[in-house]
Amino acid sequence: MDKNYFFEDTITADEKRVDGVAKVTGAATFSAEHTIPGLTYAVFVCSTIARGTIKNMVLAKAKNAPGVIDIIYYLNCPVVPGYTSEIKEKNQRERVLNGLNVFADNIVYSNGQPIALVIADTWERAVYAASLVKVEYIEEKPETDFDNLMQKAEAPGWGGTYKRGDEDAYKKAEVMIENEYSIPAETHNPIEPHATVAVWEKNDKLVVYDKTQGPKSTQGDLALLFGLKRENIQVITEFVGGAFGCALRTWPHTPAACIAAKKIGRPVKLVLTREQMFTMVGYRPISWQKIGIGASRDGKLTGITHHAISNTSRYEQFSESIVDPSQNLHDCPNVNTSYKTLALDINTPIWMRGPGPATGCFALESALDELAYKLNMDPIELRLKNYAEVHPQNKLPWTSKHLKECYELGREKIGWHNRPSVPGTLKENGMLTGYGMGVGVFWAGRSSATARGTLYADGMFVLQSAISDMGPGTTTAMVSIAAEQMGLPPDKIRFELGNTDFPTGPTQGGSGSTTAVGTAVTLICEAMQVSLKEMAIESVPGFKNYKPEELDYKNGKVSAKTNSSTSISYTDIIKQSGKPELQVSKSTESFAQRDKYAMNSFSAHFVKLHVHPVTGVITLKKIVAVADCGRVISETTARSQMVGGAVGGIGMAMHEETLMDHHSGRYINANLADYHVPVNADIPAIDVLFVNKPDNIISPTGAKGIGEIALVGVAPAVANAVYNATGKRITRLPITPDKLI
Amino acid sequence: MNNQDQKDSRRDFLKKTTAMAALTISSPVLVKAGQHDEKIASFFEKMDLKIEVNGVAHQLSVEPRVTLLDLLREQLHLTGTKKGCDHGQCGACTVHVDGKRINSCLSLAVMNDGKKVTTIEGIADGDNLHPMQEAFINHDGFQCGYCTPGQIMSAIACVQEGHANSREEIQEFMSGNICRCGAYPHIVDAVMEVKKGGKSS
Repeated sequence: MDKNYFFEDTITADEKRVDGVAKVTGAATFSAEHTIPGLTYAVFVCSTIARGTIKNMVLAKAKNAPGVIDIIYYLNCPVVPGYTSEIKEKNQRERVLNGLNVFADNIVYSNGQPIALVIADTWERAVYAASLVKVEYIEEKPETDFDNLMQKAEAPGWGGTYKRGDEDAYKKAEVMIENEYSIPAETHNPIEPHATVAVWEKNDKLVVYDKTQGPKSTQGDLALLFGLKRENIQVITEFVGGAFGCALRTWPHTPAACIAAKKIGRPVKLVLTREQMFTMVGYRPISWQKIGIGASRDGKLTGITHHAISNTSRYEQFSESIVDPSQNLHDCPNVNTSYKTLALDINTPIWMRGPGPATGCFALESALDELAYKLNMDPIELRLKNYAEVHPQNKLPWTSKHLKECYELGREKIGWHNRPSVPGTLKENGMLTGYGMGVGVFWAGRSSATARGTLYADGMFVLQSAISDMGPGTTTAMVSIAAEQMGLPPDKIRFELGNTDFPTGPTQGGSGSTTAVGTAVTLICEAMQVSLKEMAIESVPGFKNYKPEELDYKNGKVSAKTNSSTSISYTDIIKQSGKPELQVSKSTESFAQRDKYAMNSFSAHFVKLHVHPVTGVITLKKIVAVADCGRVISETTARSQMVGGAVGGIGMAMHEETLMDHHSGRYINANLADYHVPVNADIPAIDVLFVNKPDNIISPTGAKGIGEIALVGVAPAVANAVYNATGKRITRLPITPDKLI
Repeated sequence: MNNQDQKDSRRDFLKKTTAMAALTISSPVLVKAGQHDEKIASFFEKMDLKIEVNGVAHQLSVEPRVTLLDLLREQLHLTGTKKGCDHGQCGACTVHVDGKRINSCLSLAVMNDGKKVTTIEGIADGDNLHPMQEAFINHDGFQCGYCTPGQIMSAIACVQEGHANSREEIQEFMSGNICRCGAYPHIVDAVMEVKKGGKSS
């Protein structure tokens, strides 16, 4: 595979992931894998109806099953302090904003909802006993059919409604198109199932090993739920086996394990089954969109109208920014958008990689492609013609924007000149051949973060922050930043995370870890170097007559600028100062110049594919993914994120669809054989290119963010290539062969 | 339902008969166990299992319903082998049994009596990583690392089976191992490197 990059400066090419050895040897310990003395195993009993109330639960047989310690359900669940304020009136369907209060009452909101927890001495015994619980329901007819209930959607009260210029201006344009787009529920399905191990060390001291993208956020949620101070709860998340958004919040299984551990007075391990990964930890919401775009005959956009509806659950509100890309990705004087949510008897959705824009850009970038054909214009030329030099919504300059470079790099690499301007006219080896492209966008920025750095006399530099690394390689990126700043080799630096005893860091999501935590790390390194200079002047002979500005630091040493023989290593400075270590903590506030700048990461994805003219089977031939993500901090992990995002985007475009039987309100493909995700053989050569120009306004790291733009724009690129190959415009994902024959 | 009822009555039968046997035979083991019906039932519901894992011989007594995967993870504390789906659909639990790759979640532990099991913890030579482990690091053939042990065990077998002769063949024979982070191209790079180096075992 080609590995050509466009770099402004050179990046270490042989860089390796710092936790690689732990991951390839099985030594990496995930949340369910800690050895805890006296551990018990908990298994959920789940609802088999989608809407109604539990009339009775027959537990006798299960209670008497071997090894069973306890069974917790709504009638015997201990008081959870955090529940009382939220549940307003029992047996009344009340939308609350903190999610499902597990075991709080007998209401069933969705099929697969946890309604009882069986705890036994082994996992097998808990599974068996759970199978013996009999539940009687008063069943009501569930509403789960999104397509047929859309007229009931309501505005969520925030976001989505926007207008500049004239409403529905596209209708009066010289050239216009209109189309509707549907995306089914997609389930994150990280390969590590969610797991919680709860250990009450004392009546008011809780230790939780939990799969979470935000250890501090989980700590805060549990503190509220159990009426404890934050410091009485320790959340440990050393490794996260993928998440893609589904570990962004505290789901019912985490408090359930804590409730159980407290009730039985022993540690409890609760691991979700694959089926429960579909019914308990969210999914990308089902969505419908309608876009109308108009342009003058020479291709200048005159109006965009974008309406979207996505689903939420019956018990809480969930919304995402689906229509935002239409407001600001391309320059257009007249734009109006609307957004509504539809409450269904399904579990609550959650943000999934590229949330909002991944959905919105599928529609917008497909629509632009359609418009380009109608204008008889190259789709890239159409985008260049409507390139936004300033943010179209607020007229602010971007902190950085290099989308044009993305177009140029990708166009060249994919071989865009081979693209037929008339669909269905190019064949390779009998296969219909097509090229397509799509643009990705996501918010960039910087949240607040704190980190602590300790330089030990043995030469190790240890950094700590209470964040988690679900796979993007935050640990590696932070080590890379510190190595560059301190002039130390990466093996002398350790970045520790996944423990709420460390300083507060942000939840990993929205492509923000590198800018936030990286800034804190940069500040620590800067402060550390100042201190090292001062310490050298103070306690090292030969440095006494120098001023700090006359000293330089590199390669782990402080030396005099004018006399390089006056030089001392960091570790010797610490030793000679008589201190055991040098410790610095630094915080960064969230980015404050939102009134001065617009902030986005951008990507452009290019696809070449074959479609079998008879069977409609799509074979991807090549993908080129180009990112404007600011400076690339860690080339190895950045490239892997782009490749992984492309693979996720292929899943969205061609494979993924969580199917529901609307009679029972039950998912019918809640397993990895029937819910298709891309496998190795589905994936073509993927070339990754980075513009790699630093954004020094958002953060001193120069980075903007990668994780989301790696996926946003892939699905429309595939759909547009399918159209180019076949002349068939598929607006309902996934694009499966049946839609092409 | 019928199956469960049958299981229950079989268990009840065991409890009753062994309690009576305990009284009449007075075997010290049985008398001790007879103090708790449950213990007797467990005694009869477990099976002996001789199994070698990563070169270490184990003499165990396990319930027949325990899978090889759960035996490794929960009883032998070898958590390098991962549970992703428990249905043989994701490949995260791939181990070698007598040199062949299998999904350990689809094999009951007692089916492996007398067999040699190799897990991810057993392929390195002390601190010297297996060439496939090295190759996965060199090509960044993972992100979160959860599917990685299964990928590596599968990849070693893929080369040994003679199914690593081209990128396309590797892709086909590695498609039983899902990587949700999407490291597939890099996984193929890693397998190609090991295949070319001829370092397959």
